[in-house]
Amino acid sequence: MAAKSNLKNMALSLTLVCLVCSAILGIVYAFTAEPVRKAELAKTNASIARVLPAFEGVPTQQMTSWKGADYPYYSVEGAGYAIISRVNGFGGPLTLMVGIGEDGLIVNTVVLSHAETPGLGAKCASDASFIDQFKGWNTAEKRLAVVKDGGDVDAITASTITSRAYALAVANAYEVYKQLKGDE
Amino acid sequence: MEIFLIIVSAIFVNNIVLAQFLGVCPFMGVSGKLSTATGMSGAVCFVITLATVVTYLINKFFLVPLGLTFLQTIAFILVIAALVQIVEIVLKKISPSLYQALGIFLPLITTNCAVLGVAINVVTKEFTFGGGAAHMLGLGESAVYAFATSLGYGLAMVLFAGLREQLAQSDIPEAFKGLPIAFITVGIMALAFLGFSGIV
Amino acid sequence: MSKLGLVTKGFLKENPTFVLVLGLCPTLATTTSAMNGLEMGIATMFVLILSNIVISLISPAVPDKVHIPVYIVVIATFVTVLQMLMQAYVPDVYETLGLFIPLIVVNCIVLGRAEAFASKNTALDSALDGIGIGLGFTVTLTVIGIVREILGSGSVFGWKFISGDGILAFVMAPGAFIVLGYLMVLFNKLAKR
Repeated sequence: MAAKSNLKNMALSLTLVCLVCSAILGIVYAFTAEPVRKAELAKTNASIARVLPAFEGVPTQQMTSWKGADYPYYSVEGAGYAIISRVNGFGGPLTLMVGIGEDGLIVNTVVLSHAETPGLGAKCASDASFIDQFKGWNTAEKRLAVVKDGGDVDAITASTITSRAYALAVANAYEVYKQLKGDE
Repeated sequence: MEIFLIIVSAIFVNNIVLAQFLGVCPFMGVSGKLSTATGMSGAVCFVITLATVVTYLINKFFLVPLGLTFLQTIAFILVIAALVQIVEIVLKKISPSLYQALGIFLPLITTNCAVLGVAINVVTKEFTFGGGAAHMLGLGESAVYAFATSLGYGLAMVLFAGLREQLAQSDIPEAFKGLPIAFITVGIMALAFLGFSGIV
Repeated sequence: MSKLGLVTKGFLKENPTFVLVLGLCPTLATTTSAMNGLEMGIATMFVLILSNIVISLISPAVPDKVHIPVYIVVIATFVTVLQMLMQAYVPDVYETLGLFIPLIVVNCIVLGRAEAFASKNTALDSALDGIGIGLGFTVTLTVIGIVREILGSGSVFGWKFISGDGILAFVMAPGAFIVLGYLMVLFNKLAKR
């Protein structure tokens, strides 16, 4: 059964346990730091490869700003840009990566993180019929806004706000793309 | 204006029990009677606000500069446990009547995941309110958010305790008695709170 | 209690959700689909087994007045180890379960078992207890996840067999409470026989 308490052994055992535990955590942290970094890199690579299929190798992130907000992007030689665009969704921030080819057509979009309602807005990350409509989108012919707002984006059923945010994120990325092209 | 949005969002839209599922165990445990429900709500209010402010400062001025964010969970839970102890001792000294009312609930609060949940959320998550850009909360906003969240906890708890006192008088099928009917009632309450979604 | 009894008691006799009614937050929050429930159950079982073993080994040396803080530190350590391992090797799962991984620290099941069982029994028995309760918890979470996924999305483990949208409320918060309530009724009915 448990030992009798006195001030000395209480302080001692607490300190000891805290020290040992912090040491264990430090060691595990040192061991997992590299795999964690690799996992993050793999995720970024996979996202870029999805929005710009021509991409291979190790990406280098660059930064640009448009209308006072920062946009990280990856430039892929001969293929185009993968731009990370952040807007407010229904439940919180919605972050997309948008791939835009050299010809100015949108190649593909992928959700990096979201906080939308499961079963409703969260479909923006999985519903192929919604995501695929952006493939090959030509902004000269179609407007990046949901149908309700006079655009051409078919919204997810019962999730207009999420769809609106998604369209806005893509539209912002496109504006950033135009600015990047202008700078060259 | 934003402060107002934070409060409405934390109390109604993202109610901590009914939408975020934090602190459900004590919610079910002490909501049997209205008086214990109000006592517990008061204690939670006090501890969540205090703990969030303290853990926010520890995280910002100690864990982050030293690159020790991996100790977040362990540091926060220790701070909360210590804080609860201190609150108990101080309350006993300066306000015996308040201690009488809240005292028995204090030890239970250490393992109330609402406290740790809010503390971790505030330092790791980005929030959006109204049309504003997503951002990490500052100290003042964190305190307001924590306080409003605990008010939401209190609101849900007091409402539910009222319902449960009614339920206790009703003729309920044997298998539904006690917790099952309580869960179904909370479910219907949560449905009602869903009506708030989208207003902030 | 026999060794086998320790492992099987979590399913019915000491089912953590329906009988002990502990650890409700993750039970409600992470069971939006069968897979999420299963993952959360396994994560909790990992912490439960390891903390049970360590606590049963160190408890004779811990002064009785500080045993709770010491147990919490031990549990928090294993939770953080789990957190780091998940971030490194299963980042997608880590993202889905999110806040509820660190919150295993305050899951009353883990501390409850430490206090009620591990501190009074041998390491082997405590490990078996961890496995038993952990399995019970995992199975319960998976069942709740299956029910909510069928009603809410018309699928099981991501395999869709009903076309269309399902009843959305079951994926959202209210459905969690209602499904748990009705499953409890069912459990009471069956257990009483």
